[in-house]
Amino acid sequence: MANTASLCTSFLGEVLTATHNFGVAPIRAATTADTFKAALYLTSATIDASTTVYSSTGEVTGTNYSAGGVTITNATVPASTNSSSTAGVAYWTPSASISYTNVTLSTSFNAMLMYNSTQSNKAVGVYTFGNQTITAGTFALTMPSNTTTTALLRISTT
Amino acid sequence: MALVTTTKGEMDDSLLEKREGTFEDDNELTTWVEYWLESELVHRSAHVTLKRSLPIGGEVGTF
Repeated sequence: MANTASLCTSFLGEVLTATHNFGVAPIRAATTADTFKAALYLTSATIDASTTVYSSTGEVTGTNYSAGGVTITNATVPASTNSSSTAGVAYWTPSASISYTNVTLSTSFNAMLMYNSTQSNKAVGVYTFGNQTITAGTFALTMPSNTTTTALLRISTT
Repeated sequence: MALVTTTKGEMDDSLLEKREGTFEDDNELTTWVEYWLESELVHRSAHVTLKRSLPIGGEVGTF
């Protein structure tokens, strides 16, 4: 038997469910999952790691697209898996594709911002893809598999 | 025969020219379909499948 320095994998998972608070955080009014949304951004926009909150600046506009984007389906709670005495991963993926139906988005776009609309629209992540335009059609974003190596959100130790 | 949503309303696809394509790299697999009425693009849809996540590392500090 030996002791091994490591972040606990259970903690990684609990980060995704706001169990721990090392600083000042909002009072959570409910124990249910927050609502997360997905907004699309023009190729000319600048959203990146420094983005802290959803903004309509640089967001796509067009027929049948509402500012702020669409709500992400979240039917699968975060999971965490231990892989060794020092390694583990917590992960989460939306449980359905993200679709923008019957839209016309004529100006090239290449990014999606996932943000928390329950918590003052705070940003979660920026996901990029090849330049797209849509004409009276559907833009669908299918998520990677919800596994320890491919999930959309992963917090890991090695 | 199938109806396609277009900039001119729903149209029979037999009246339109269909163009399809794919793109794949380490980040995504994308397919798209376009319908053209003569030289005018009247429908374009795209389906992007993301392949990978944004990993976030973490480590315990040392004394």
